[in-house]
Amino acid sequence: MSVLEAIGSSVIERLSYLGNLTTQFGSALDAFPRLVPFVGRRGRWRSALRQMAAIGVGALPMVAIVAACGGSILAIQSASELGQFGAMHLVVDIVVIAFTRELGPLLTAIVVSGRSGSAFSAEIGTMVVTEEIDALRTMAIDPIELVLAPKYLAAMIVVPCLTIMSSLCGILSGGVFMYLQVNMTLPIYLRDVASAILLRDVFTGLVKSVVFATIIVQVGCMEGFRVKGGPEAVGRSATSAVVKSTFLVIFADLFITAMFYMAGAK
Amino acid sequence: MESPIISVRGLTVSYGGRRVLDGVDLDINRGEVMALLGASGSGKSTMLRHIIGLERPDSGTVLVQGIDINRCSARELKGIRRGMGVAFQEGALFSSMSVEENVELPLRELTTLADPVIEIMTYIKLASVGLGEAGKLMPQELSGGMKKRAAVARATALDPEILVFDEPSAGLDPIVAAELDELILFLKRAFQMTIVIVTHEMTSAFRIADRLAMLYKGSLIAVEDKASFQASTDPRIRQFLDRIPDNIAESQSVQRRLRELAGVTGAGE
Repeated sequence: MSVLEAIGSSVIERLSYLGNLTTQFGSALDAFPRLVPFVGRRGRWRSALRQMAAIGVGALPMVAIVAACGGSILAIQSASELGQFGAMHLVVDIVVIAFTRELGPLLTAIVVSGRSGSAFSAEIGTMVVTEEIDALRTMAIDPIELVLAPKYLAAMIVVPCLTIMSSLCGILSGGVFMYLQVNMTLPIYLRDVASAILLRDVFTGLVKSVVFATIIVQVGCMEGFRVKGGPEAVGRSATSAVVKSTFLVIFADLFITAMFYMAGAK
Repeated sequence: MESPIISVRGLTVSYGGRRVLDGVDLDINRGEVMALLGASGSGKSTMLRHIIGLERPDSGTVLVQGIDINRCSARELKGIRRGMGVAFQEGALFSSMSVEENVELPLRELTTLADPVIEIMTYIKLASVGLGEAGKLMPQELSGGMKKRAAVARATALDPEILVFDEPSAGLDPIVAAELDELILFLKRAFQMTIVIVTHEMTSAFRIADRLAMLYKGSLIAVEDKASFQASTDPRIRQFLDRIPDNIAESQSVQRRLRELAGVTGAGE
């Protein structure tokens, strides 16, 4: 095969992957009305609720710890530089802006992708291997509606919540560092935080978290649906769910950040 | 005569350049038990997947109740699927749900019946396959035979006209396999279902089938009733019936490869 051919076929493969992802995303959105309590199909919202517990509640401690570590690291690193210029008070701004805009959503997405993205693909992949997905299709039940949509709805609600909590933890751990380092008390720290926090930044972070949730669920489920062959393929799908969703999350992050930057620069 | 309930015409399927099914024609009549026979790799599972509309053929048509399942609207396909129950080889029960919930699922998803009605119907279906007391168990707690029976209960939950069965007796001991044969015959008698069975178990096929179809390397070589199938003189069918092994170790390709490996090149090669 010539180099050109190889490049072409790999580009086509990736484009078709994105295409399939978009189609799946569309059908998931299409299934949403049937998930609403009382109006939708009975009991469907209950499975969304279960997923919320699995994706959100389960991830709480992990997200909190990761964000707290991230907040401390950021505070320590920026303090060691800014301290030289006597600009310690800027540490607060850096932590607040970095977490509301960037690190809160990103760290949350990485934790959720590792915990739940892999779980989605393993669950669905196993269902493919045991012919459960085929069984659903022959029963005229849409696997996307029954299996994917509840996860997606759950993630859309829970990931932004986790993101807010992650930002809070990061900012608070920055406060602990400031207290230990320069004896800044909590009320003063919070006052500085309040002056540094911008609604716009919080909004940017939440937009990101919704996009990341979409990527994690869609990629995770897609990898599961794509499983072919035996049980070993399920393991591979879990790995590639995490790798692909993490990659796409960071890529989307860059894209959204650039968009907001350009929108703000005008 | 009535038109066939399932009609396959010129079904051709290739996977990665290898032809798995080659222009297969088959009619299945209303109310009959059709056994689809063939050795491993003969294409019978592929044919089954096309009959139930899980995959699209390269060419050819599959008509179910007179509707082409690859060219019909989503609504029509849904209707066809409602009238067709499929029991998969390993049962394909949803492992996160109890046996009861598995059987309830199609009723909950595709009907607007009230909960008490669904509960009663579920119990009837489970009782009819002899699992009346096993409803609360999880699929992992069932034996192989029970799983297949639970799969039948789920497949028949919506009282389908067609029941498709993938390898009902594979992996079961003779007694349980015989029980399953009786269950299939019971379903046919009691509900006048059309039943399509993919199998390679001859005893089971002769016990339950009205007609037998034999696939050989992707082509249908015989579609006959029990008696004429048994009396067939076609060597490929006889080999299957009389359990004559292929001489795989003595085939020419093996011999040639062995000679190559040994560095012996025969005269004329």
